[in-house]
Amino acid sequence: MANEKMQRISLTHLEKNFQEVERGLTNREALEESNRCLYCYDAPCIKACPTSIDIPTFIKKIASGNFLGSAKTIMSSNPVGASCARVCPTEELCEGACVLNHSTKPIMIGNLQRYATDWAIQNEKTLFQPGEPNGVKVAVIGGGPAGLSAARELARLGYDVTIFEAAKEAGGLNTFGIVSFRLPQRISYWEVEQVEKLNVTIKTNTMVGRDVSIEELTNNYDKIVLAVGMANVPDLGIDGEELDGVYDAIEFVKATKSGQLSKDFIGKRVVVVGAGNTAIDGATCSVRLGAENVKILYRRTEEEMTAYDFEYEFAKQDGVEFRWLTAPKRIIGDEAGKVTGIECIKMTLGEPEKDGRRRPVAVEGSEHIIPVEAVVKAIGQTRHLELIESLGLKHEGGVVKVDQETLQTSNPKIFACGDVIFGKGKGDAMVVTAAQQGKDVAYAIHKQFSAVGTV
Amino acid sequence: MADLRINLAGIKSPNPFWLASAPPTNSGYQVQRAFEAGWGGAVWKTLGDPILNVSSRFAAISFNGQRVAGFNNIELITDRPLEVNLKEIYETKKRFPNHAIIASLMVEPKQEKWHEIVKRVEDVGVDGLELNFGCPHGMAERGMGSASGQVPALVERQTYWVKEVAKTPVIVKLTPNITDITATAEAACNGGADAISMINTINSLMGVDLDTWNTIPHVAGKGAHGGYCGPAVKPIALNMVAECARHPHINVPISGIGGISNWQDAVEFMLMGATGVQVCTAAMHHGFRIVEDMIEGLSNYLDSKGISTVSEIIGKSVPKYSDWGNLDLNYNIVAKINTDVCINCNKCHIACEDTSHQCIDMLTDTNGKSYLKVREEDCVGCNLCSIVCPVDGAIDMIEVPSELPVMTWNERQAALKVAADCKVDVTK
Repeated sequence: MANEKMQRISLTHLEKNFQEVERGLTNREALEESNRCLYCYDAPCIKACPTSIDIPTFIKKIASGNFLGSAKTIMSSNPVGASCARVCPTEELCEGACVLNHSTKPIMIGNLQRYATDWAIQNEKTLFQPGEPNGVKVAVIGGGPAGLSAARELARLGYDVTIFEAAKEAGGLNTFGIVSFRLPQRISYWEVEQVEKLNVTIKTNTMVGRDVSIEELTNNYDKIVLAVGMANVPDLGIDGEELDGVYDAIEFVKATKSGQLSKDFIGKRVVVVGAGNTAIDGATCSVRLGAENVKILYRRTEEEMTAYDFEYEFAKQDGVEFRWLTAPKRIIGDEAGKVTGIECIKMTLGEPEKDGRRRPVAVEGSEHIIPVEAVVKAIGQTRHLELIESLGLKHEGGVVKVDQETLQTSNPKIFACGDVIFGKGKGDAMVVTAAQQGKDVAYAIHKQFSAVGTV
Repeated sequence: MADLRINLAGIKSPNPFWLASAPPTNSGYQVQRAFEAGWGGAVWKTLGDPILNVSSRFAAISFNGQRVAGFNNIELITDRPLEVNLKEIYETKKRFPNHAIIASLMVEPKQEKWHEIVKRVEDVGVDGLELNFGCPHGMAERGMGSASGQVPALVERQTYWVKEVAKTPVIVKLTPNITDITATAEAACNGGADAISMINTINSLMGVDLDTWNTIPHVAGKGAHGGYCGPAVKPIALNMVAECARHPHINVPISGIGGISNWQDAVEFMLMGATGVQVCTAAMHHGFRIVEDMIEGLSNYLDSKGISTVSEIIGKSVPKYSDWGNLDLNYNIVAKINTDVCINCNKCHIACEDTSHQCIDMLTDTNGKSYLKVREEDCVGCNLCSIVCPVDGAIDMIEVPSELPVMTWNERQAALKVAADCKVDVTK
């Protein structure tokens, strides 16, 4: 096994390690699988999809050779449907709901969705047309899945939309946050391009509050959609976090999607703190950057970890080691300020907390040092508090409060969607949920304007 | 988006997809649901004197686990009173004025019977009539349906009777249970038909239960032949449409029917001369919603070909369909196996070895790896290997340029005859 892994990971051509792992279906596979779909009526897979993609229809269209129609069916319900084909936890959503789970085996919905959207990408298809301009201007803050989705739907309804994106490219998590070997950047770029083709202006490298003032937005736009997602990983709150060799997992993954891959990790030992999907990403990226040994430290157990099962499996196959019931105590550095190790303490699980998970309690005297050259922090994400407060929006710990019906914030001119309204303990923050919220915001805005007869 | 509207002998519909006269068009409720889903027209389930039906009516054949490869029924024409059907036709037409509603009709072969029913259905505003000379079971035993449709003189006479009074276009629906469908098609034309539709269902027995020895389906232990339709009959139907389309004396529009399940099938029928198509089994298998993909798929196809209206494709392949005697004897293709794509199932080898021309060799290369190779000089280009091959792109049929000029059988015979005649002259 170890040999096999060594062969899989190239230390001379790191970029090879970041090529998409899953290959797409062949034509024959897609034909056979699409014909296996029962084409259920009132299908449970549709209900299990947060964006309600008409799955039996798009699959039927693959079977009939109407690939363009298939891609349209997918993308009309989900503006980031090509990315979701790759990153959705399909076992827990559409494929988990497939009726064939009860008789044979579920349809590979994610792979078929990828097949149809790949066709549209390869054939350079433009899927949608902008609506008749209605003269209403909307600013969207953040060009990630939620923002793109809102912009796409608004543009189709005839709104004049401008997206303000702080990063150098739009796409958000899909462009910079999801590892390349799961989701190549070109997929996200294609989705961004589809939105741009609807005459949506995307201002990249433009951070609201820094490059453009909030007043400018409130003065020049009729409505504002806040879709900034979440921010960086919070501090661990232990000594040594400032040392050279300590990374924020989000930034760490982003770096692997921003030009040249770093050669600094070849042969190194890495620990990742946390056991969510981002932690897995941090760990598998480390492996692919050539790290000799990668460990995930988690203060609870396998039972409580939030990473999806398939991500966990994937990490194990990549040779990532898991240290359960282990919490970091301090990061140790040398005189040059470089990380040399991490002191950890063993934990045990005590009484259940509010969220039902048992509270980890330190085991006295169980301190031990793991020698490492890099520490990747992946214990969740902070919020864009500064922006939220300067917009004067009501929030709860950085989670913007919205009216569930209208998706309006405490400022009726500002709507919000995506991770920025994603509360703790509300299940998984998924790309597909953000996409749906973006649509919902667009329809909510449109409903208001339609009601007063503006559009 | 391409213009999908069609005009079949004066009957206009927003797209070429009609529901055939069958269970899906039994009532106003159903036809209205179909129009809402996007169907361009519907041929109402055949009207006539109400009948009695039996219980247990349908059966289907699965092919290697794929359901409804073929379908059969022993249901008769409408079992509802004519007045009820007429009222619902009227209401449906009022709600959907731009959709085509065609009344399928079947009565005893008597002039006054035809006159009466034609007048009554035209009074409620149908767009056209379709004469059911095709239903092969039940009604045929009473001298109607295919019993009429198998006799050209009866087809011609009854069509004529209908045309004596009809104000709307008359389509004659033909039975495939006949040696040469062009004979009845021509008879319909002679009777004055404005269009013909084909095929109705084919006589069939779906199966026999191995335990009870009952027929499938059976009615209290007894069975009777039914009418066969669905994907399995498509090649038969396509040929009949094509034969009529290329026939010099059959010059009316054709409504194509028989196993059409998706937009690709529809394109094939239209290329072979159909002005529009009728569908039943696919709708019975999946519901009316399948029409969305049919419309969109057809439209995308036309767009990709740069064709602006669907009517432009009608009959485009008809000149390519001819008699065997007009095929080029000097045209040659051979099989070529792409070893890099081949998965070595050896099915092509055994098919060729046992049942064709013994020209695919099983060989081993210098590394001990098995591969297959065609001895091209022995290959007759029969296609069998590429048909049984399970992998796309593993076997290509490649044209071998011929040094000989085009020579058909008919040309050859004609040339030989000239030579023979010459010889006679010479010896004289």
